[in-house]
Amino acid sequence: MNATPGKDAVLEVHAQNRAISSLLSSLPGSIQDAKFDCNELTLAIDKDQIRAACEIVQTAGYNFLVDVTCVDWYPSEPRFQVTYHILSHTLKERIRLVALVDSIDPSVDSITPVWPSANFYEREVWDLFGVRFHGHPNLRRIMMPDEWEGHPLRKDYPVEGYR
Amino acid sequence: MTEFVGTSTLIAPRPAEGSKDTTMVVNMGPQHPSTHGVLRLVIEIDGETVLKVVPDVGYLHTGIEKTCEAKFYQQVVPLTDRIDYLSPLTNNLVYCLAVEKLLQIEIPPRAQWIRVLLNELTRLNSHLVWLGTHALDIGAMTVFFYTFREREEILRIFEHVSGQRMMTSYFRVGGLALEPPIDLFSWIQKFIKTLPEKINEYQNLLTGNPIWINRLKGIGHLSPENAIALGVTGPPARASGIDWDLRRDMPYSSYEKFQFKVPISHDCDVWARFILRMEEMRESVKICQQALDGMPEGDVKADAPKVVLPDREKMKTQMESLIYHFKIVTEGFAVPAGQVYQAVEGAHGEIGYYVVSDGTAKPYRVHMRYPSFATLQALQTMCEGRLIADVVAIIGSIDIMLGEIDR
Repeated sequence: MNATPGKDAVLEVHAQNRAISSLLSSLPGSIQDAKFDCNELTLAIDKDQIRAACEIVQTAGYNFLVDVTCVDWYPSEPRFQVTYHILSHTLKERIRLVALVDSIDPSVDSITPVWPSANFYEREVWDLFGVRFHGHPNLRRIMMPDEWEGHPLRKDYPVEGYR
Repeated sequence: MTEFVGTSTLIAPRPAEGSKDTTMVVNMGPQHPSTHGVLRLVIEIDGETVLKVVPDVGYLHTGIEKTCEAKFYQQVVPLTDRIDYLSPLTNNLVYCLAVEKLLQIEIPPRAQWIRVLLNELTRLNSHLVWLGTHALDIGAMTVFFYTFREREEILRIFEHVSGQRMMTSYFRVGGLALEPPIDLFSWIQKFIKTLPEKINEYQNLLTGNPIWINRLKGIGHLSPENAIALGVTGPPARASGIDWDLRRDMPYSSYEKFQFKVPISHDCDVWARFILRMEEMRESVKICQQALDGMPEGDVKADAPKVVLPDREKMKTQMESLIYHFKIVTEGFAVPAGQVYQAVEGAHGEIGYYVVSDGTAKPYRVHMRYPSFATLQALQTMCEGRLIADVVAIIGSIDIMLGEIDR
């Protein structure tokens, strides 16, 4: 296994990337980590700056929010990795932003003001992972019934036995 | 949680307290035939005019994403069939491409071309069902019988190639399940030769029909800005003038070797989506023809013994193949740690699989991004201010698929 290049190396190689250059100039310090793996660029963004970062990425030409989802890294901390897949129609490129959220009061700013399509995606993440989105207009469960207890896609959710 | 319960920004606010309340809230579905499954819409109407549409989904939620985490990588393939049950092979394709990207294995050209060929047949299958049910919703029953006649032929081809009519699971990680039967290509050739004529026949049944025109033209307007803001992809986005098709713009599985047009319309209404899908069907036939004409020879499985199941013959005669077979079946195959997102152009729009691996034989997380889930958010924008009967036409035009919304 080759050692994966660190943050600085990735940022240097991809300095021409529109998202990276505009994030570095407009929001310095927001990029916590950067990875380039399987031809996909992943930027870890400070969770308090995710909405601002999305706005900057949007103006940089990444105009289409494809997906918002989450990965549960239980039991390690920060536990939740909220993942944003963003596509650029003009550059024909994708970028993945991730925000790491810890398990005590898991919450992150909603990006619905930037992309209204995040509405359903964020509801799904809230429903299945229990990550709350500040400023979401209608954060209700979407897949599970309203009175459901627990968040099924969490890794510590029991998968067998009686409820 | 009360601070999070409120009305969506995309939904018009209710009349203020004390004002004369002339509106009525009606339930459409989950058993309404035009909702194509179990979609429930809570519609606020003023007379016949729709003020607000709130989709309520989740009736078909089966937790496939959670199930995937308990399966080996190769066992996830049959689960993907059941998500969008009208285009099973497209779902197989996108999952296999995602895992192959993590494994970094090369797929032989023949397997890639057969994947393209069957993927386009799947698109035809999905569009034929869409056309039949859409016309049935509007009241033109005849088309349904015509399109299901052709669809039956496609299902027979699927049965011939994979043994199953609907839940095919024919694409595997590393190639195809097995070499296709010898008479498959001549059968497909015979089928697609007659299809363009039949597509013309459907269009003749509908395009000149004054009722059909009145029900479709100018209904369900969706501007390109709204389409991007609301995450709409596929035919509804292209009917709103967004020139984007993953097959052409970010090609996968050797789509770059095929010549085809991407139909675009700027009319932004239900009619545009109807015409556009008819054009797409013609283009799919062309891609099928090219795939048949230039079908390469060779293997249909990648040279990756630790991932791909060996041939039965080899397994019975060679010790090494027997060991690999035993290991793959009992322990699965380990996939290097990492995360990938792979998207393909499905019949309804962009299907994307986000696979996270932690280095073991079971996926750590599989997330499916399905187009209907996003397109459903645009329903309010399209229905607002229209008549309640138009809601049926609009749902038909976005080709809703509840299996992929609820997953």
